[in-house]
Amino acid sequence: MTDAPGLHGQSMRQRSAADLRRENLHIMWRTLTLAWHAYAKDKAAVGALIFMIIVVLIAIFAPYISPHDPTEAVGTRGGLPGTDGLLLGGDMDGRDMLSRLFWGGRVSLLIGVVPTVAATFIAVVLGLFAGYIGGWADQVVMRILDVFFAFPLVLLAIVIAGILDPGVATLILSITVALVPYIARLVRTTTVSVKQEPYIEAARAGGATTPTILTRYILPNMLAPVIVYSTTLIGLMMVVGSGLSFLGLGIQPPDADWGTMVSDGRAVLKRAPHATAFPGFVIVIVSLAFSFIGDGLRDALDPRARVR
Amino acid sequence: MSDITTGGAGRGANGGEGPLLSVEGLVKHFKLDPKGLFDAPPILRAVDGVDFDVMRGETLGLVGESGCGKSTTARLVLRLIEPTAGSVTLDDVDVLACSKKELLALRREMQIVFQDPLSSLNPRMSVGNQIAEPLRFHGIGDKVDRFDRAREFLEVVGLSSDYYDRLPHEFSGGQNQRVAIARALILRPKLLILDEPVSALDVSIRAQILRLLIDLQGRFQLTYVFISHDLSVVKRFCNRTAVLYLGRIVEIAESESLYREPLHPYSQALISAIPEANPDGPRADSLGGLEGDVPSPISPPTGCPFHTRCPHRMPECSERTPVLKEVKPGHQVACFLH
Amino acid sequence: MSEPVLSVRGLKTHFRLRTGTLKAVDGLSFELQAGRVLCIVGESGSGKSVTAQSIMRLIELPGRIVDGDISFRDQDLLALTEHEMEDLRGNRIGMIFQDPMTSLNPVFTIGEQIVETIIAHTGASKEEARARAVELMRLVGIPEPEGRLTDYPHQFSGGMRQRVLIAIAIACEPDILIADEPTTALDVTIQAQILRLLSDIQKKLGSAMILITHDLGVVSAMADDVLVMYSGRMVEYGDVKTIFRNPRHPYTLGLLDSIIKLDDSRESELRSISGLPPIPINPPPGCAFRDRCVKAMDVCGTQDPPWVETATGSTAVCHAVEAEEGAAGAGQGAAP
Ligand SMILES: Nc1ncnc2c1ncn2[C@@H]1O[C@H](COP(=O)(O)OP(=O)(O)OP(=O)(O)O)[C@@H](O)[C@H]1O
Ligand SMILES: Nc1ncnc2c1ncn2[C@@H]1O[C@H](COP(=O)(O)OP(=O)(O)O)[C@@H](O)[C@H]1O
Ligand code: SF4
Ligand code: SF4
Ligand SMILES: [Mg+2]
Ligand SMILES: [Mg+2]
Repeated sequence: MTDAPGLHGQSMRQRSAADLRRENLHIMWRTLTLAWHAYAKDKAAVGALIFMIIVVLIAIFAPYISPHDPTEAVGTRGGLPGTDGLLLGGDMDGRDMLSRLFWGGRVSLLIGVVPTVAATFIAVVLGLFAGYIGGWADQVVMRILDVFFAFPLVLLAIVIAGILDPGVATLILSITVALVPYIARLVRTTTVSVKQEPYIEAARAGGATTPTILTRYILPNMLAPVIVYSTTLIGLMMVVGSGLSFLGLGIQPPDADWGTMVSDGRAVLKRAPHATAFPGFVIVIVSLAFSFIGDGLRDALDPRARVR
Repeated sequence: MSDITTGGAGRGANGGEGPLLSVEGLVKHFKLDPKGLFDAPPILRAVDGVDFDVMRGETLGLVGESGCGKSTTARLVLRLIEPTAGSVTLDDVDVLACSKKELLALRREMQIVFQDPLSSLNPRMSVGNQIAEPLRFHGIGDKVDRFDRAREFLEVVGLSSDYYDRLPHEFSGGQNQRVAIARALILRPKLLILDEPVSALDVSIRAQILRLLIDLQGRFQLTYVFISHDLSVVKRFCNRTAVLYLGRIVEIAESESLYREPLHPYSQALISAIPEANPDGPRADSLGGLEGDVPSPISPPTGCPFHTRCPHRMPECSERTPVLKEVKPGHQVACFLH
Repeated sequence: MSEPVLSVRGLKTHFRLRTGTLKAVDGLSFELQAGRVLCIVGESGSGKSVTAQSIMRLIELPGRIVDGDISFRDQDLLALTEHEMEDLRGNRIGMIFQDPMTSLNPVFTIGEQIVETIIAHTGASKEEARARAVELMRLVGIPEPEGRLTDYPHQFSGGMRQRVLIAIAIACEPDILIADEPTTALDVTIQAQILRLLSDIQKKLGSAMILITHDLGVVSAMADDVLVMYSGRMVEYGDVKTIFRNPRHPYTLGLLDSIIKLDDSRESELRSISGLPPIPINPPPGCAFRDRCVKAMDVCGTQDPPWVETATGSTAVCHAVEAEEGAAGAGQGAAP
């Protein structure tokens, strides 16, 4: 058989392995830059990202920047903003609203982010398995998930949280379990549609094995919509978590997240509406921010949107 | 490492005698989902007894209308799907009897290029890496070798090696088809199946790709199976042509002789239905062609599959099925007229 | 020649994209004569479909008709209200699309869809419309039409669906039929049937037809006149014999050269136009074809090419043709 023309002989390597690694790093860096450009075209997404970075920093540094102890009464009960030297006033027990918002953010973000991330991991494994293998595997996995799916998310979380001891860990666990079927469905549908793409068959014709196809072909092409969906779920899960805490299944007083602050505020709603309004406002804004970030990610993760 | 440059030279049998690919009695029946709960699943006869040989270095064309089983035949030959019956022999190796491991080795000998270049490439992998992928699958060479080899093949198909890290959506259809061809060739296969490789491309680009394919065939001593519904292209490109209808070959002959003198009524109709780009050619009202539609492969007609549309139909046509028989040297037809 | 039924002058339809302005159609002018078939040919992306959609006023944002005028008989189509336009569409101007699979509504029966069109435009009663629907289906060659009225689109093959679309398009005996690649999705034997049908019906109704295609074989079977488009502009126009026998524009020449004919031998040269068609986003001035053109000159990169009425009978938009036609330059004029 003739050799391919243009070949410089097998010993004449044009690059060393180190060169190649460097080039690959360079390409990765450029891909990231392009992805960022695609993301940055969406101004709302950029604003949301900056906002969330600030919120996260505040939550992390809450112990250092809070003016007061969030569990200690420092002012009049339900003091309006400005009274007692409290910028955002006091809550129904006279604790500093601002400090409580800072500290509450830690819990709220935790119960928003951790279950969503954990559920996404589990769902990807289950959905990929069901969608790729198909047939009986699909039936078994999806029917079991359907059972969970049949309960409203909150109800399911209540049941799980009710069985275990209340606390943040319980909260996270129950939301994770309740969330898996939702994400797994999306993973499965996306897997099934990616599996039918001609490039999967092309890879098989080239000699790709199942693990290769799953990790190099299906996973990267299935993940984008899943990540976008999960991101938008984070805000929602913060609200669900507060609901569970409200029922006494999650955070225990005097600790609080934003959601429990809203429900606590109801006691003094007429006299001190700010005690409900501030945390409520923060929840809304943060949820919105996550969905804006989701929109931005949609573009950043789409190779077509990355223009040079 | 040395494996990379020697390509397929050491593998397989000789380069001399006998056909490279031989297909016998190939059948694929798809079981569809049953309509009602208690119905038997309908059977779709996608390929219903196909035989052909492909000689070394030749190009065999497969033509026919949509759904007649061209792509299914291609998938069966590559064993991307399992046949219902029949045998496929590549270079004296029984493809259908292979173990998984043997099949992997066989993948180096036969490759495929699909119709839609964009969707046959992974949208999130650089074109260079995609060309190198088959080497990875087969554990050939190290990263650097594969990189160099892919760059070289980019140039082989007429693209700049600087395009290595482009993504498919940054390329036009013609360029992506070149990438797909490079990916199919990098393992140095002996047989390349081209499933409508130019149908999705613009007229002015088609000839570029066809020229490249002809050039590569000489350079790499390739044997082609060329699938198309465009008879003019098949005629220009293929040594021999097989006409498919409802999962069967109804006529197979040297391209020249098939077009000069089509014997099967379906081949005749197919050829006369092509509008020619010629101001003195037939106008629409005198275009040949057939009445009616292609019958469904779920309930194909009895006897000759073409009898529902055949202008020369005879009583026996709906009762017995004509088989391929040689009516002239190298010219086989399945029709009671011959 | 007779009065044109449709005249398009300096049509510009642009799409505002994130990456710039895509000039899908950029200064297109042509006339459609009554009772004649005009074929618009060009590669994919050359603006054929956008031209058809502009005539039908079906362009949606981010696209917009930014300039030009389109007159149908004495009516200025671009000045009509949306309501008046709705009245015209499917009534005076019928349209047939490329994909017979997606152009019919899957949840209504074939009969309902034909009847609805008839009632909407003629105000006929349900019974009259039904009778007319049966008649139309018979006309387009659907066997046993009465029985098939209650079928859903998915029960029809691609060719049959295209027949249904033709039936809907001709229901009101339009003055103009616009068919956008009506046979591209079909097999050759079915394509031949549909082309015969279209040509038959066009003659029977005496309407004018715009047939959009990229297949020069279809052009030669159907066209009276041919308009060749490239990158949103006309490059050459003429009657079908002139375009095939005496093409003058380098692109038309290249296109005709690239087709593979049935009687080509295996040794014949496979010719193609080198390079790729440009995407007309913020196009530079001058001729869009210059990077692929064998006759390109310096002026092609700086000045838009002129319209030249050639001695051979076509109208070509090209600097080289202008030079070839000589200094005398009989009948030259700038684009309107
Ligand atoms: N996986 C499948 N399950 C069920 N039916 C199938 C499957 N694959 C193909 N078919 C059917 O088998 C028949 C032959 O299909 P095939 O794809 O081989 O046609 P083709 O000749 O390549 O047509 P085209 O010109 O449209 O590509 C068709 O009726 C098709 O619908
Ligand atoms: N809705 C749209 N949005 C953006 N660009 C469009 C849209 N429709 C058409 N275009 C662009 O306009 C140009 C002409 O398109 P079209 O008329 O569909 O070409 P064709 O000649 O193949 O019918 C192409 O570059 C196409 O990408
Ligand atoms: S066998 Fe009969 S029906 Fe079939 S092609 Fe020949 S003449 Fe026609
Ligand atoms: S104007 Fe110039 S570049 Fe354009 S077609 Fe004519 S000669 Fe070629
Ligand atoms: Mg096919
Ligand atoms: Mg179009």
